[in-house]
Amino acid sequence: MIRNYDKLIFELSKEGRVGYSLPKKQVEGYCMCCGLPENLKRESKPELPEVTEFDVVRHYTNLSNKNFGVDTGFYPLGSCTMKYNPRINEEIAAHHAFTGLHPETPVEYAQGALEVYYNLAASLSEISGLSAFTLNPYAGAHGELTGLMIMRQYHIQRGDLKRTKVIVPDSAHGTNPASAAVCGLQIVEVKSTAKGTVDVEDLKPLLDDTVAGIMMTNPNTLGIFETEIPEISRLVHECGGLLYYDGANLNAVLGKCRPGDMGFDIMHINLHKTFSTPHGGGGPGDGPVGVREGLEHLLPNPQVKKSDDGKFYIATDEKSSGYVSNFLGNFGVIMRAYTYILTLGRENVKMVGPLAVLNANYVKESLKNEYYLPIEGVCKHEFVFDGLADKSTGVTTLDIAKRLLDYGYHAPTIYFPLLFHQSIMIEPTETESKETLDEFIAVMKKVAKEAIENPDVVKSAPHTTPVRRLDETTAARFPKTTYKQMKG
Amino acid sequence: MKYFPHTPEDIDSMLQVAGLKSMDDLYGEIPSQLLFNREFALPEAMSEAEIRKFIDSLGDKNGKLVCFAGAGVEDHYAPSIINPIISRGEFLTAYTPYQPEISQGTLQYIFEYQSMICELTGMDVTNASMYDGCTATAEAVMMSVAAAKKRNKVLLSATMNPKVKRVVETYAKYNGIEIETVAEKDGVTDIADLEAKLQGDDVAGVVLAQPNFYGIVEDYSGVADVCHAKKALMIMNVNPMSLAVLKTPTEWGADIACGDAQSLGIPMNYGGPYVGYLACTNSLVRKLPGRIVGSTTDVDGKRAFVLTLQAREQHIRREKANSNICSNQSLMALYVTIYMSLMGSKGLKEVNKLSYAGAHYLADQLVATGKCTMAYDKPFLNEFAVKTTVDTKTIQAALLEKGILGGVRISDDTLLLCVTEQRTKAEMDLLVETVKNL
Amino acid sequence: MSKIVEGLYYAESHEYVKVEGEYGYVGITDYAQHELGNVVYVDMPDVDDEVEAGADFGAVESVKAASDLISPVSGTVVEVNDALNDQPELINADPYANWVIKVQLSDASEVQNLMSAEAYKAFLGE
Repeated sequence: MIRNYDKLIFELSKEGRVGYSLPKKQVEGYCMCCGLPENLKRESKPELPEVTEFDVVRHYTNLSNKNFGVDTGFYPLGSCTMKYNPRINEEIAAHHAFTGLHPETPVEYAQGALEVYYNLAASLSEISGLSAFTLNPYAGAHGELTGLMIMRQYHIQRGDLKRTKVIVPDSAHGTNPASAAVCGLQIVEVKSTAKGTVDVEDLKPLLDDTVAGIMMTNPNTLGIFETEIPEISRLVHECGGLLYYDGANLNAVLGKCRPGDMGFDIMHINLHKTFSTPHGGGGPGDGPVGVREGLEHLLPNPQVKKSDDGKFYIATDEKSSGYVSNFLGNFGVIMRAYTYILTLGRENVKMVGPLAVLNANYVKESLKNEYYLPIEGVCKHEFVFDGLADKSTGVTTLDIAKRLLDYGYHAPTIYFPLLFHQSIMIEPTETESKETLDEFIAVMKKVAKEAIENPDVVKSAPHTTPVRRLDETTAARFPKTTYKQMKG
Repeated sequence: MKYFPHTPEDIDSMLQVAGLKSMDDLYGEIPSQLLFNREFALPEAMSEAEIRKFIDSLGDKNGKLVCFAGAGVEDHYAPSIINPIISRGEFLTAYTPYQPEISQGTLQYIFEYQSMICELTGMDVTNASMYDGCTATAEAVMMSVAAAKKRNKVLLSATMNPKVKRVVETYAKYNGIEIETVAEKDGVTDIADLEAKLQGDDVAGVVLAQPNFYGIVEDYSGVADVCHAKKALMIMNVNPMSLAVLKTPTEWGADIACGDAQSLGIPMNYGGPYVGYLACTNSLVRKLPGRIVGSTTDVDGKRAFVLTLQAREQHIRREKANSNICSNQSLMALYVTIYMSLMGSKGLKEVNKLSYAGAHYLADQLVATGKCTMAYDKPFLNEFAVKTTVDTKTIQAALLEKGILGGVRISDDTLLLCVTEQRTKAEMDLLVETVKNL
Repeated sequence: MSKIVEGLYYAESHEYVKVEGEYGYVGITDYAQHELGNVVYVDMPDVDDEVEAGADFGAVESVKAASDLISPVSGTVVEVNDALNDQPELINADPYANWVIKVQLSDASEVQNLMSAEAYKAFLGE
């Protein structure tokens, strides 16, 4: 097997080989080398590989064999919604009538593309219960930042400049406080109750006229629905703040309830989680942001609108929160999510949340004897174990995660949320079958048993992967981040 | 529904294990007024065949134009093998490489990407995390402020692409960074104005563009010294394609290089997805946001790659992180890695030569019509601005009739035109002929 | 059980200060280095920077964690331990020998707000 392939593309290089074919010279008499002043030219030659096209194909195919994707196997990575990424989405996104469009194309020559943007924004409004969406932000964190800019701009335009605090639950993703800080807001943490939901009594004294808003995700990162959201919404609005919905967990309630109906004013959606666009090893994603009625003008520029005669056009609003992207977001990702919604249609969108929640509860109930479940009850799309039920084995969450790799599974999210020491966060998604879940449950039980009977095999896992546990300390102490540095 | 594997029997037995009677019980705790009870106002489900027809019909509403527009997005040739490789499920459907033992594919290509970007820019270290060139530049600006500790003013050259500028200004506004513009003179940065604006000893960073918005290759000799004498970082927004030929940011003495790697073969795609790059000198690595891959070994001594320097990042530092970046724009980084592997430095240089020749031919021909003059008498590569005697709106409208996207309008009498290796002599001659006949 | 040195003053955030005349040597305790694991980087202030009791002046990073350094005392940084730049692991080897910053104390009485070795031991509950 080629799993032992260990070359870098640079190590395949041989002087004189080429992997490209370029058009013939079109005009004579124009020489860059003589035309360009010497002092503007680079002195050193960039050392890029010299390889053939076939070298490149084989190299990257071999590298792909050392990777694990949703296409490879079950990927219960909590909070990441690793659902099936349909291929029709890819085919549509590669449609030649869209991929060749320059952003400066006059709108009359981009009506089809603008219609895709407009229709997806409208579909997201319907699904989330908010008034209008921008698709310009490029990712979830980018959407968060954009949403917080909208929140700040809302207060700035009202002349209410002292509102610079944003409340974030202690169970929140690290991105929430980081986005708030980048947006110039100070973070105030609100505690969780023993049931894992926002402590309303702890929230009340935090609410004053310096609060810009609160960032929440519902269900929260423990997979628990915040049932007191109507009361939280009332309290925050009464104090003059806005409610921000982090759409990271939207899949849990897709088709069942809508952030707009819960009282949220602003939200972002991760198209790469909820709407099945591929994660691509970390990106590109897209992070649309929606707002309730009355805040539409604050959405970032440029904005896509439809005129009375059915034509689409690009508008800018001077009261907007600003510009967050080159143009209209990751259009290729927008094409994929739109295709997914067309494929599901109104009759299937409403089944996404319920089936995802069913899968999560099935796995949770099947494993709660072997793993410690700190919060009982019906969960939503994901849930958190706090390590093994048997605390005497010395086997940690990290060990369990690594042992799962040996059995052909991606690990769950580990050591998050921070509320527990040995968090194992599992999110199966709606596209996994009962049989897949049953096999996973059996393996999880087997690992729990190994932890008792043969802990060393778990602690030294993985054993069968292309590489084994890595020396991350040396990597961080003496970073070598390029081929040149590696060669020394 | 083909994406849902659940049979009615599956649902019944799973509910039973979960101790629930019905699917509604899964949401039993939710206050009833929050439950959504009507049908969604969305179209009915479509089959694949119906979706293809529908998208074809939308595609027909787009025009097919020969592209002479640039301004940060260029119509370069995309080699055929890239899409099949990046579409492999193992790459396409993986998450961020948190489990390095089963993510060596992603980690290694990011390492290769970092190596190649550092070769092009001359910098020591880069991430693979930026969404596009605009946001990469905004992150560079925030980096300079974080590195300076007590300064929060950043200077932007007036010769920067306004699309980049407005994103930087948006980030700066909310982040509390003061932005000031350095004036332009004859199409290039006014160095005297730069020196004057550095006198207050309060500037964290200076952002310059190469080639600049007008396509001009600016001479930044001595500028690094001017910046460093006042303890300001020099940040360069550079088109990476041009770096096969042009002096590198490191050779100019810059501390940070950033920009959009779209020009490295990524389709224009109506604005995205692209990948921004952000590279810096070793001394700034702790301020560099986003994912960085390093080489190491596993317990058996085998070479391997891993996300490193993670303690800088948002999931650990939370509100103390310098950036909220979580993405690494991996798949697009893979795209340009494959592109750079195929092209090599010789191929990239060849692209520049072809584009240079085309752009200079087009410029000469346009001037020969008598309807255009060069806006600036400065060196350029593949993009240039012309002053026109006819209103640029009229010119662009006439070109559209011929199926040509006639550049980017800067004003009523200034047009910015870009030529890549994809433009043929016939296309350029048609453009010139059309302008001539106005 | 972590090592605690007599004669030093300890903060609840697990920094210590060793007072010598008008100067104080500030570092992290053995307990803190143990909790962090392998230290890979120490983010230190510059000489002449002011530090304030209770405010952070840098951070200690391990592979997957970062801990702010909170100064137990106020004053001016007169020296930073440059050896930690190349060998951050010295903190793991002996955190008491490898202090992070040397501070010229602006208010020597501040140490009275800190814990003694005995009190810190009780605080750790070991």
